[in-house]
Amino acid sequence: MNRAPILSVDGLRVAFRSRGRQVTALRDVDFSIEAGRTLALVGESGSGKSVTSLALLGLLPPNGKVTGGRATYRSRNGATLDLAGLPAKQFRKVRGREIAMIFQEPMSSLNPLFSIGEQIGEMLKLHEDLDAAARRRRVVEMLELVEIPAAASRLDDYPHELSGGMRQRVMIALALVCAPQLLIADEPTTALDVTVQAQILDLMRRLQREMGMSILFITHDMGVVAEMADDVAVMYAGAIVEEAGVEALFARPAHPYTRGLLASIPRPDRPEGERLKAIPGAVPPLTALPPGCAFAPRCPHALPACDQPVALEAVLPAHRAACIRASEVMADA
Amino acid sequence: MLKYVLNRLFGMVVVLFLVLTITFVIVRVAPGDPAALMLGPDATPQDAAALRIELGLDQPILVQYGKFLLSAAAGDLGQSLFFHRPVLSVLAERAEPTAFLALFSLIFSIVIAVPIGIYVAYRRGGAADQGAVSAAMLAASVPSFWTGLVLQRWLASDLGWFPASGYGGPGAGFFDRMGYLILPSIVLGIVNSALILRFTRASMLDVLGEDYIRTARSKGMSEGRVVLRHALKNAAIPIVTVVGLTFALLVSGAVVTERVFNIPGMGSLVVGAVLRRDYPIIQGTLIVVAALYILINLCTDLLYLLIDKRVRY
Repeated sequence: MNRAPILSVDGLRVAFRSRGRQVTALRDVDFSIEAGRTLALVGESGSGKSVTSLALLGLLPPNGKVTGGRATYRSRNGATLDLAGLPAKQFRKVRGREIAMIFQEPMSSLNPLFSIGEQIGEMLKLHEDLDAAARRRRVVEMLELVEIPAAASRLDDYPHELSGGMRQRVMIALALVCAPQLLIADEPTTALDVTVQAQILDLMRRLQREMGMSILFITHDMGVVAEMADDVAVMYAGAIVEEAGVEALFARPAHPYTRGLLASIPRPDRPEGERLKAIPGAVPPLTALPPGCAFAPRCPHALPACDQPVALEAVLPAHRAACIRASEVMADA
Repeated sequence: MLKYVLNRLFGMVVVLFLVLTITFVIVRVAPGDPAALMLGPDATPQDAAALRIELGLDQPILVQYGKFLLSAAAGDLGQSLFFHRPVLSVLAERAEPTAFLALFSLIFSIVIAVPIGIYVAYRRGGAADQGAVSAAMLAASVPSFWTGLVLQRWLASDLGWFPASGYGGPGAGFFDRMGYLILPSIVLGIVNSALILRFTRASMLDVLGEDYIRTARSKGMSEGRVVLRHALKNAAIPIVTVVGLTFALLVSGAVVTERVFNIPGMGSLVVGAVLRRDYPIIQGTLIVVAALYILINLCTDLLYLLIDKRVRY
């Protein structure tokens, strides 16, 4: 398999204007996704996961702006594009066709006034030159691919006639109908029942095998990470604090925050009476970040030196962490 | 669906019955003797009494009411006390200018307000947004007779772009007559465009924040397509509603505008009828207006069906 990254994000910075003040939401985000693999972007709410995904698609709200860094994307025809500075017109050719996205809320992410056939067909209309009959065939094929029963008869259904799980399948069909190289999935199963969640994850894995796309999977759920990811990037307060392969990260986390996250997963084999280990304190507001490591105030391993800026550096080959005590933390695991 | 329309039409009959009753009562309790007014200040009490008998005004009020309802059901709204002709034929004669005045001013306000409302919602908080919202507030708070007088003076008298008043006289052709309606339509449209603009803006603002708008953008379409196809259709129901309500309000707005521009429409007819205590004309006008109002509301509700498949009747 081709292991060259399809997307590499390098020092990405995003700021929002809020009541006249500039608030930095992403501080030097670095990660890369290899072709055909899944990178899970993990973190608590407010850590900047969704902002990262919106920045990559050029969909930041009007008060948000990329203020630095690069996001180098290798397009289907071999050209490299910097998504951090792509003009709006060129971005439209990337969205949907090269990079597609599915969202957290299948209930509200589909337009209630258009049939699902129209909504999926519109994607083809925008990016491919097909006549109406061919478009319709492709839409039916796509609905069959995402396992919607009696697909041909559901084309004229409206979103309100479908269940949450079915709507998320429709969203997936919509996102994948132009066979994008990269799928960004922003908490796609968070709003679904656990059984439906498992079905959707299965479906995404199967489609990835069949279509070969890469997935940027955004989630706060470590269980889903273990299920889906090849690689993991952990975000905290607008920066990546650790990046590694999924086994390495679960077996030997190198950043105290990752360790805390893993320790807070409920486990059935937890001894009776033992309490879940929560990370003390809360994520600092973006307007009041500590000068050095943003996690230091909550960190059990913090030293005075932690008030100096710390970069994401390799602890092992293919395992990077932003912590001055990474090797010790890792050895302790 | 058919059942729904039939139900609504039946409801309309009930409302019309209530309107008939209320107008009958209001007109009767208003002070003043129509017979004396019709005959003028020189008439003797005997003449007035004779006329009252001729008009049936001497009979018990319930008898008058019963007769009134029966003939109204048969489509006869009585004779005008002033014109001495059937009310319906007087109304029909005056309907043309009012109908076109309402129609033109509605078109004017939609053409002005909907695109601006969409644009300023999209550019929320910008200079255009603040300007449009302030302008709309100003337009809604200035009375239309004042706007009418100012525009009449400026655009008609000083610049001579439009005829200042009237309806072209007896010999005027159709387009000639319509020319007299342009300026009044603008005056009447200004107030309503303020209302439509604010509703369009608010409705678009709601919709533009929805998740499916983000989905639409993620598909790689132009902003124009996002706004005009995905957002506007969702914002349309409140806009259609307010346009329907405005259209009904236009009929009453026409009363003032027609007076200012001296247009012989239903508005000036009803003002004259009130001053002359011409009960049948007042009643007839109210009934026609009420029926129009109900029909427009029904049309609005049926339009919802076209827009939103979730609406079921």
